[in-house]
Amino acid sequence: MSLTNEIVQQTLSQQFTPKVENFHIEHDMLAFEVKKEASFEVIQFLKENSGMNFNFLTDVCGIHYPDYAKDRQFCVVYHLHNWYDNVRIRIKVFLPADNPEVESIVPLFAGANWQERETYDFYGIVFKNHPQLKRILNMDEMKSFPMRKEFPLEDQGRTDKDDRFFGRTGPNC
Amino acid sequence: MSNSTNIKQVAPPPGYAGEGFFATKLSEVVGLARANSMWPLPFATSCCGIEYMATMAATYDIGRFGSERMSFSPRQADMLLVMGTIAKKMAPILRQVYEQMAEPKWVVAVGACASSGGVFDTYSVLQGIDKVIPVDVYVPGCPPRPEQILDGILELQEIVKNESVRRRSSEEYKDLLNSYNIK
Repeated sequence: MSLTNEIVQQTLSQQFTPKVENFHIEHDMLAFEVKKEASFEVIQFLKENSGMNFNFLTDVCGIHYPDYAKDRQFCVVYHLHNWYDNVRIRIKVFLPADNPEVESIVPLFAGANWQERETYDFYGIVFKNHPQLKRILNMDEMKSFPMRKEFPLEDQGRTDKDDRFFGRTGPNC
Repeated sequence: MSNSTNIKQVAPPPGYAGEGFFATKLSEVVGLARANSMWPLPFATSCCGIEYMATMAATYDIGRFGSERMSFSPRQADMLLVMGTIAKKMAPILRQVYEQMAEPKWVVAVGACASSGGVFDTYSVLQGIDKVIPVDVYVPGCPPRPEQILDGILELQEIVKNESVRRRSSEEYKDLLNSYNIK
């Protein structure tokens, strides 16, 4: 019998409630939230349990929700893919604004290495036990985390534009 | 063989000509020699580089202006052509390439991105290469046509022709390099 969204939801609920919550289907894809303390063990279960078999990590990325409550302003999104039954799921882990820290999943998926570095680079989300957590795309001297909403996207060194017509609000590095 | 009679040759510098001799200033001769055999170093990072490829190829043929030989080693180049967006992460590399070039050296910023950052008014992009190295000629355009790039090179040739042979050891030049923190 092939794996379905319902089976995944049932298995996870039995195994991990209350650390997993808010199951819903978006675009035929099962999505749910995991408490940040449990992110590693849930993903490990999904990968290693013979019934689940989510053997491929498609994506790791960050989101910044500045309008959310203080304890869930940052979010790390994992996309997992089961190649045997072709089932995809999406996991969201919400993190507090003052200390966005989550366990690295590099021990499970080596491919997460650069994706977690990228997420750190742009959002400042710290992945604990990551083997080499440093900036990957931006220059090392940069002080801001540019995809956070509080930092302006425009470069502050620009001299040939009239600031009345182009947003330039404050320093970003 | 071309039958064209419309052949323009490099005019001799101002000087005194007589039967079997020609006298002029050394700086004029040096300028003439330098200007008409510029060795370009193409530092191409995006679409302006494609336009430059057309500039090198048969239709536009940069070789007509004495820049036949592309030098992909900074040591044997005297005209740095920066073509394309320079990310801030790329800036130290561009600077290192410039520092590796032997004097005399000139820089052409080709296109909007190299000149000012262009449309990339963003945290990751250098807002014009003149933030890290001195620039002699700016070529506008997004991207500039090969004619414009050639025009920029011709402008640079005028600068080179008229440059004093002592400019590179002058105080002004040292101040210029110091203002960029280049030793």
